[in-house]
Amino acid sequence: MSAILTITVIMAGVGLFFGLVLAAANKKFAVEMNPLIHIVEDILPKGQCGACGFAGCAAYAEAVVLDPKVEPNLCIPGKKIIADEVARLTGKAAAEIEPRFAFVKCAEPITTAKKKYVYDGISDCAAAFILQNGPKVCEYGCIGLGNCVRACVFDAMVMNDQGLPVVNKDNCTGCGACATACPKGVIAMINPDAPVAIYCNSNEKGAQVRKNCKIACIGCGICAKQCPYDAIKMVNNLAVVDSSICLEKCTEIVCLAKCPTNAIKTYKVPPLEMTQAV
Amino acid sequence: MLGKIKWGIHPDTHKSPTEGKAIESNELPNRVILPVQQHIGAPSVPIVKKGDLVKKGQLLAEAKAPVSSNVHATISGKVVDVSDQPHPVLGKCQAIAIESDGADEWAEGVLIERDWQKLNPAEILEIIKEAGIVGLGGATFPTHIKLAPPSGSKVDTLIINAAECEPYLTADHRIMLEYTERVITGIQIIQKVLGVSNVIVGIEDNKMDAVKVMAHAAAGTGIKVAAVPTRYPQGAEKTLIKTLLKREVPSGKLPLSIGVVVQNVGTAVAICDAVRNGIPLIERVVTVSGGAIQEPKNLKLRIGTTFAEAIAQCGGLKSPAKKLIMGGPLMGAAQYTTDVPVIKGASGILAFAREEVNDGPESPCIRCGSCLDACPMGLNPSMLSILGERSFVEEAVNEYHLFDCMECGCCTYVCPAKRKIIHYIRYSKKMSAQKGGK
Repeated sequence: MSAILTITVIMAGVGLFFGLVLAAANKKFAVEMNPLIHIVEDILPKGQCGACGFAGCAAYAEAVVLDPKVEPNLCIPGKKIIADEVARLTGKAAAEIEPRFAFVKCAEPITTAKKKYVYDGISDCAAAFILQNGPKVCEYGCIGLGNCVRACVFDAMVMNDQGLPVVNKDNCTGCGACATACPKGVIAMINPDAPVAIYCNSNEKGAQVRKNCKIACIGCGICAKQCPYDAIKMVNNLAVVDSSICLEKCTEIVCLAKCPTNAIKTYKVPPLEMTQAV
Repeated sequence: MLGKIKWGIHPDTHKSPTEGKAIESNELPNRVILPVQQHIGAPSVPIVKKGDLVKKGQLLAEAKAPVSSNVHATISGKVVDVSDQPHPVLGKCQAIAIESDGADEWAEGVLIERDWQKLNPAEILEIIKEAGIVGLGGATFPTHIKLAPPSGSKVDTLIINAAECEPYLTADHRIMLEYTERVITGIQIIQKVLGVSNVIVGIEDNKMDAVKVMAHAAAGTGIKVAAVPTRYPQGAEKTLIKTLLKREVPSGKLPLSIGVVVQNVGTAVAICDAVRNGIPLIERVVTVSGGAIQEPKNLKLRIGTTFAEAIAQCGGLKSPAKKLIMGGPLMGAAQYTTDVPVIKGASGILAFAREEVNDGPESPCIRCGSCLDACPMGLNPSMLSILGERSFVEEAVNEYHLFDCMECGCCTYVCPAKRKIIHYIRYSKKMSAQKGGK
């Protein structure tokens, strides 16, 4: 009987001692942390995509709570709902957040495109890019080995049967990871409501472009002349649309009519069935 | 002389189609394309414009940056274009195109007979710089910089690299047999510039005729001629130094750090021509070979001759080429068009028929270790390829010494899983450079 008692007392004593040490340490070495950081982190989407410019969701949460200069609308995947919520929690004004959507600026199917050579190397766009800018004759077009698809953390991209990446409307959050992964800069982030878009990325001169690809922008500038609102500018032999002007003013969409190669098209977010894996 | 060599590979040399053939002087090309960048360093700056009439040996593009090299007209004629043209290494590069007038006249004041023994080293260096001479072994580093070691570094040995370890290539072999006197004079000029007495010419022992000819010609000059074992990559600077001198170049350092300068035999000939006769670097010997070539030859070609013209001089292609390569089959650069010009670093033009190309699907690394045995630098290519596959670039650089790899290709050659190890390594190097640049 006494053995049981002794053991109980000793164990209780040991437990009490360490309990007190831990309690004292917890008081003495406590780290002050704003509880708001955890609350903000909880509502962020946790894609860890880095579109905000911080190392991850936790880093952004800390920055937006502690630094008054960090805007509450930097989380692009979170869109307006999260921006408003973060603004409310941190007491900042939620600025407008422009919706963004990944857009592939090349429509020339890999399967039928003219090639310089048969690529036999490792299946990675950046690796193919080392070899004379990739196998396609057009040095600005999509290589089609899918670095963008692998970079997407939201499962929003697949390669279609033509070898080009397609963006899934429901999953794309606009984080831009695919655009960073593309060695040729074929992917742009645009407003999903934009009425028109240029389906070409080539800066080559007109005559050369025509030889390389039938559906490329040849830089003739007809679309720019047609547009009554100056929303289209010619940069390096390529038409560039400022979609904010289109959204604000344009109703008639006259730029499409005279394009000789149909490189400028009405912009449609690809329908869901196109983005099913092939 | 040596025990069993542990590094490298010993592929079929395939040198027999051309090694017995004398260097043929080329027909004059109708048109030459001269890229402003044919060397390591900054591109040179064109000083002629479209429409100008130029003569052979005239300066076309000037080296403005400290590490750069002059480019000269290689035929006489009219400048028809100064624009971006296909380039065998860079893909595209600004180039000066000249259409021949058929006269092939020398520019005034180019050809001068000089007694090089009366010149001092600084004057010789200036001549080499003016003549646009770069390392003709393939690396194309400007020679005037390599021959002017920074003060404080001591050079005790000059090695003349005549190993020519790449299969198929026989240009250096023929140069030694046919231009023996110019090679020796070139070596003596380099000796004078560097002020070294210890000179060794390293020749692989599959070219014993060249060893004999060179040894005979070098008798009495103090130049030593050594036969080195035939083993790829014997002709890489670092392996040749190790074989001849038993010295090892430290990681990330140049041979200069252990007192050695290495020059190619072709470069020695170019130096001799420039210093003794005033001829700038306007032509080089190129081996045109491979199973798809009708009649393989060693050609003396004007720089800027297109591959198409060079192949035509060898009777054209007898079967469609599966692969076209500038340089040797192991380290050369694959080409997609025959419109590219022969540049200063082009030691060979190889066109391979379908059956000569070993391609196939790659499979995962089976960890057999063949590549570790083959690597002349003692690296672990298998891990480098796996890290490259997963884009773990930092680990490859810091723990697996990515940048000690000279991309000789031994690992890829021996890999039973057909892994594209060199491609992974180049990819990792590129990624690392991009990250460093940010």
